[in-house]
Amino acid sequence: MSNHLLEIKGVHSGYGDVKVLHDINLYVEEGEILSVVGANGAGKTTLMRTISGQLPVTAGEILLHGTPVQHLPAHKIAAEGIIQVPEGRRLFPYMTVHENLLIGSTMKHVRADRQKNLEYIYNLLPRLKERETQMANTLSGGEQQMLAIGRALMENPKILMLDEPSLGLSPLLVGTVFDLIKTISAAGTTVLLVEQNVKQALKISQRTYVLENGVVAMEGPSSELIDDPYVKKAFLGL
Amino acid sequence: MSLMPSIINGASMGAIYGLIAMGLTLIFGTMRVTNFAHGAMLMLAMISAYSIWAVTGINPYLLIIIIGPLMFVLGYCTQMFLIRPVLRAESDKNDPIGVLLLTAGFSIVLENLALMIFGADYRMAQTSFSNTVFTFGNSSLSAPRLFGLIITLGVSALLWVFLQRTEPGRQLRATGQDRNTAALMGINSEQTFAVAFGISCALLAVAGLVLLPFYYVSPSVGGVFQTRAFIVVVLGGLGSVPGALVGGIIIGLIETIAAQFMTASVTSVLIYLVFLIVLFVKPSGLFGTKLD
Repeated sequence: MSNHLLEIKGVHSGYGDVKVLHDINLYVEEGEILSVVGANGAGKTTLMRTISGQLPVTAGEILLHGTPVQHLPAHKIAAEGIIQVPEGRRLFPYMTVHENLLIGSTMKHVRADRQKNLEYIYNLLPRLKERETQMANTLSGGEQQMLAIGRALMENPKILMLDEPSLGLSPLLVGTVFDLIKTISAAGTTVLLVEQNVKQALKISQRTYVLENGVVAMEGPSSELIDDPYVKKAFLGL
Repeated sequence: MSLMPSIINGASMGAIYGLIAMGLTLIFGTMRVTNFAHGAMLMLAMISAYSIWAVTGINPYLLIIIIGPLMFVLGYCTQMFLIRPVLRAESDKNDPIGVLLLTAGFSIVLENLALMIFGADYRMAQTSFSNTVFTFGNSSLSAPRLFGLIITLGVSALLWVFLQRTEPGRQLRATGQDRNTAALMGINSEQTFAVAFGISCALLAVAGLVLLPFYYVSPSVGGVFQTRAFIVVVLGGLGSVPGALVGGIIIGLIETIAAQFMTASVTSVLIYLVFLIVLFVKPSGLFGTKLD
């Protein structure tokens, strides 16, 4: 029995005949920010989708508090508290900001916290409160990302998995989003962050895994990786 | 000659088309599946209601407490046991055709079963109010059509409130807009599909019962309404519930008002002409939104 919040053991996965992930091993500790970085096509999003049950695990297992969850369908994995903010936000476009947040608290066990969570999120992200009755597809990119994160927080995540939250945002907004992630983490939520923005990801996280071609190429404390010559050369452009 | 009765009659028939189309559009909007058994399911609702009425003589509108839940269960089970396995098998195909063929085949099965049990005869439920006529000034209105209009509009409003204001309604809309993301919210899309299918069939129960006092029942009754419903759904905008009602009423009005001035075959041409013009001007339909 492991003490890790989430553990991925020897996981293989992919799309049909196309194998993307090969023998992935990683773990997430309670309370930390863990980042998974890598170039385009390294398998980061595939990893996210595999953990959240949208892609089948062909070998290996995914353990939450030591219990295997890899056989569960996506909606049951969400019910276990493994919550993904998908790449590209994926808001419900023809619903208002408020309705998008309400949908986040659809599950019975989080419904009781709906009011409390709404207040918390509107407090944290006053911009969403201002846009409460606006359709989600009329929001700016930054606001959409805020809403996607807010919607995930409505689900009381045990572990919040963010897939490329900085994608398509201006440098200023990237800073805002990373500040938000820090705030959420400080409030006690475990974060698994997948990023192409390697520099920011290394700065914000305690530990980092580097994915390359579907395998874990490097892992270690972010503070060490940020000074690693290979990482500097390959990802930081130094 | 007053146009008033034909406007009410047209609106009434059109609202019924709209209600039938709402069921079709609800399934399409949630599941992206076109149900070719929709007309056959309407026929099933009408025939079972007729049979109960013929034996007991109960007011057909009251039969909703039996036929409504039965049709809901039929729809729910159709998704769970017939459609779900095919949808799963085709989940990685870009162009799933299996479900279409399945629903088309299911409609043939239903119609032939009805033919076997009920016979090919056209029958009508001659209820106590079937021939009642209300007179307003110099125009007269048929009671079952007026009741039909009121009931249909009421049920449409209820459906709208259900979709917009309730928890399951919101889940249904979310699943329709993005089923994969809905799953990330803990929503079981297959079960949501089944609820959508069940509601769709329950709407058919209402439409069938409203038609019963003034429309002939036979195993082939579904065909006419299914064709109309397809036109209405595309006219109103795929997946749009208000679009279905408005589209239905437009078609119903054209049908009855034009019938006063021209022959029935020309009326049909007129319907398709309006249909084509709307699509030409607004390809997504009157209330259509861009999906996907």
